[in-house]
Amino acid sequence: MGDPIFFYLFATIVIGGAIGVVFLSNPLSSALSLIFSLAGLAGLFVLLQAHFLAAIQVLVYAGAVMVLFIFVIMMLNLEDCKKHLKVSFASLIGFVIALNLAIVLVMHVSAPLFDDGVSDKTFGTIEGVGQLMLTRYLIPFEIVSLLLTIAIVGAVILAKKDNPKETT
Amino acid sequence: MILLEHYLIVASLLFCLGLLGVLFRRNALIVFMSIELMLNAGNLVFVAFSRFFGRMDGQVLAFFIIALAAAEVSVGLAIIVVMFRKRGTIDINEASLMKG
Repeated sequence: MGDPIFFYLFATIVIGGAIGVVFLSNPLSSALSLIFSLAGLAGLFVLLQAHFLAAIQVLVYAGAVMVLFIFVIMMLNLEDCKKHLKVSFASLIGFVIALNLAIVLVMHVSAPLFDDGVSDKTFGTIEGVGQLMLTRYLIPFEIVSLLLTIAIVGAVILAKKDNPKETT
Repeated sequence: MILLEHYLIVASLLFCLGLLGVLFRRNALIVFMSIELMLNAGNLVFVAFSRFFGRMDGQVLAFFIIALAAAEVSVGLAIIVVMFRKRGTIDINEASLMKG
């Protein structure tokens, strides 16, 4: 299982990054703290013996998704949205809802399972996950690949420039 | 000794921070990032249960969620770009054409 120190370190990074995402005013700072949070999550995955998933997390999130986010932030050339951080009645209600949910979830989590060591040599490796993915989860796997294709086509069609002749 | 519930508490806090971001922030990009946070909280729960029950099904599902999040981000950012082009802002309070 590893040292508890590592768990607390990565958990702090995850939660701290998430707090940064929500409370920093500049979108670029939010994106950077989101990278921190996701990297910490990859560390937690390693502690949970999910090595393949940790690698995928870093590749897909830090490598692809965040680059996309930062591209869009740079492209849109946004003004600092400090004025959007003002506290209104609606945002106060949102704060209360989230706090309530957090209290309820944290108070009622009770799962004192502890780890009894790895039984399977292939647990969390590419071999183990890939074998499961291409046998029992073959149909979901194919559907996900279809979904990714649809998403690519949809993104291209949505974001391309409108033809000036056909105004909507 | 780190128990399963420690991971579940981290995931709960992460989910609630994401929810807070969706409810509290009005910038569409930050709302998207908060949705990513919530998806990742779900991922963490899947992987934690997969570890403590010794079955890899949760990891496969987490992998599917990552792929799903990538698809969601690509389409969502395209929508944000179109919204910025049409309206000159990405404040989600301005997107009130349908009186939502």
